[in-house]
Amino acid sequence: MARRHVALLEADIVPSDVSVTVMSSAKTERLLNLVLALLSTRRYLSFDQIRSAVPGYEGDDDESARRKFERDKAELRELGIPLETGSHSVWDDEPGYRIASRDYDLPEIDLAPDEAAAVGLAARLWAEAGLAVDASRALLKLRAAGIDVDGPQLPGLEPRVEASEPAFEPLVEAATAGRPISFDYRTATAPEPTRRRLEPWGIVSWHGHWYVVGHDRDRAATRVFRLSRITGKVTAIGADGSVAVPSEVNLLAAVREVVPDLPERPARLRVRTGAAYDLRRRAGSVTSEEPGWDEVVVPVRDVEALADEVVGHGSAVVVLGPPDARSAVIRRLRTLAGATP
Amino acid sequence: MSTSSARLERLLALVPYLLAHPASPLDDLARTFGVTLRQLRQDLDLIFMCGLPGHSPADLIEVWYDQDGCVSVTNADTIRRPLRLTTDEALALVVALRTLADVPGPQGDDAVRRALAKIETAAGEAAEQAGRVAVAVEAEPEVVATLRGALAAGRRVHLAYYVPGRDETTERDVDPMRLLVAEGRTYLQGWCRRVEDVRTFRTDRIVSVVQLDAPADLPPDAGPPPDALFTPSPDDRLVTLRLEPTARWVADYYPCEPMPEPGRASGDDRLVVRLRSRETSWLVRLVMRLGTAAVVLEPAELAAEVRAEAAAALSAYGG
Repeated sequence: MARRHVALLEADIVPSDVSVTVMSSAKTERLLNLVLALLSTRRYLSFDQIRSAVPGYEGDDDESARRKFERDKAELRELGIPLETGSHSVWDDEPGYRIASRDYDLPEIDLAPDEAAAVGLAARLWAEAGLAVDASRALLKLRAAGIDVDGPQLPGLEPRVEASEPAFEPLVEAATAGRPISFDYRTATAPEPTRRRLEPWGIVSWHGHWYVVGHDRDRAATRVFRLSRITGKVTAIGADGSVAVPSEVNLLAAVREVVPDLPERPARLRVRTGAAYDLRRRAGSVTSEEPGWDEVVVPVRDVEALADEVVGHGSAVVVLGPPDARSAVIRRLRTLAGATP
Repeated sequence: MSTSSARLERLLALVPYLLAHPASPLDDLARTFGVTLRQLRQDLDLIFMCGLPGHSPADLIEVWYDQDGCVSVTNADTIRRPLRLTTDEALALVVALRTLADVPGPQGDDAVRRALAKIETAAGEAAEQAGRVAVAVEAEPEVVATLRGALAAGRRVHLAYYVPGRDETTERDVDPMRLLVAEGRTYLQGWCRRVEDVRTFRTDRIVSVVQLDAPADLPPDAGPPPDALFTPSPDDRLVTLRLEPTARWVADYYPCEPMPEPGRASGDDRLVVRLRSRETSWLVRLVMRLGTAAVVLEPAELAAEVRAEAAAALSAYGG
């Protein structure tokens, strides 16, 4: 994610001060030796054993060597290195450390050439933002495992997902961590954003926009928010793991569910041949009685929404029934025909 | 992440990579790892200094250069495997593969699903969070499967295609170039033989598609700029709209230009936006669809077109 862009670019910056390189090299060298020492031991190594086995801690006094080791441990864990803490016996009060190969190692992944190519193609889904950095790191690990993810691609398929909303990264983090959050949200109708409190269940990209689905604490109901309308910072308002995601939740269905809860009725439309494909696509039947025109029957719940859509086709679509749909269209057309700025 | 841990992360991938790819040319390595040659040499020098406790020559990792300048690593079995995937890395791959798996493919092509199952297994716990992120792809199964089949076979297709700008369905032969999955939709990009140019077709507007016997015959220079999909052209017509709050989504959906003056006056929650479009008829329909929620401020001809079209439509209702 974006917070790591800096880290990825770091390698290309040539340090102006040589001593910085030397210091950083010394630290990287110490960290790599530490990983090798902890991976090669089955026994837990105490700090004193580590200090004598790994170069880089020897010159310091006890206090600063320990502080250095604490920082090093934190850095290893941040990289996802599974550093274990334990001791050999109950009489041992000094903690020991080791890294178990079975937790550290990327498992063997036996990908056929077409499967490896599919992984390489999929990783390109993320455009520059979003999870692009994580995807390319994952690919690098697969390449390091000897997998050829750059082989011949599926012909001509190019997937791409944008995730440039500033709220994307904090929301992925909150949703995967199960962390309740609050944020300022701007709606279509209210000019000023309002503070919302949400238990996020997951985030969904639908028709090119990202949405977060979750339990709205203030409305005490399931709500969907569009990420591009979240302004300012996303802040935690509860502990990680405190969000309970209902097992039956379907994120996609929740986002799609913008249809008002109204009974469905058939609407009869007179549609010019070839026109209004969006209406024809959901038609129950299409019949042609007069040349140049079809009669299209579509299911309708919200008459006003249908009227907006029909008016958008101008004279190419005429509502034959039901009467309320017809009058909703006539009302709109009258306003438009007489409209002045 | 600090400089040194970013570098450590790279070294922990570089060593297993070199064990899996002995005698790697330095140029290739630098490209794969996204670093300069200078940085790569410093990395290799550093690896050469590291090893197991004891740090006698027998404990150290060995870095070899052959006479062609290709590099190999030995005595590094402790880190012969790369580090397992982090949660974010597993999430990025698994969500991407699931998305790709939703794009209908030619029959029998299940490489994506097979790969997905293997990556999920390898990522273990880290893959479990992937369900928290989903990408919906709308792709019409039959149309997209036919197009992918034609792409794989290198064959021409015949399309019946709905053009919303003119609100009519057209017939044309197209030589497929690629299938783009973007903005949650699927697009065919290809050489349209009717207009003799590259065109992009939304698959949900393809009324029908048939694969033809003729091979696809693409002109050698038929490569479109990759991001031409949504870029407005400067020749497009400039239109100024005033949007009521209920029509603000227009500013989110279409590329609008900022107004030279503040978008709204104080106490007024209406928004003034400018957008460009090549097709006037599309704009007429957008404005009609918005009804009272949008008003055309400029140009006056467009406002007149809207009124005329509304009057024409109204005549069909006897009013």
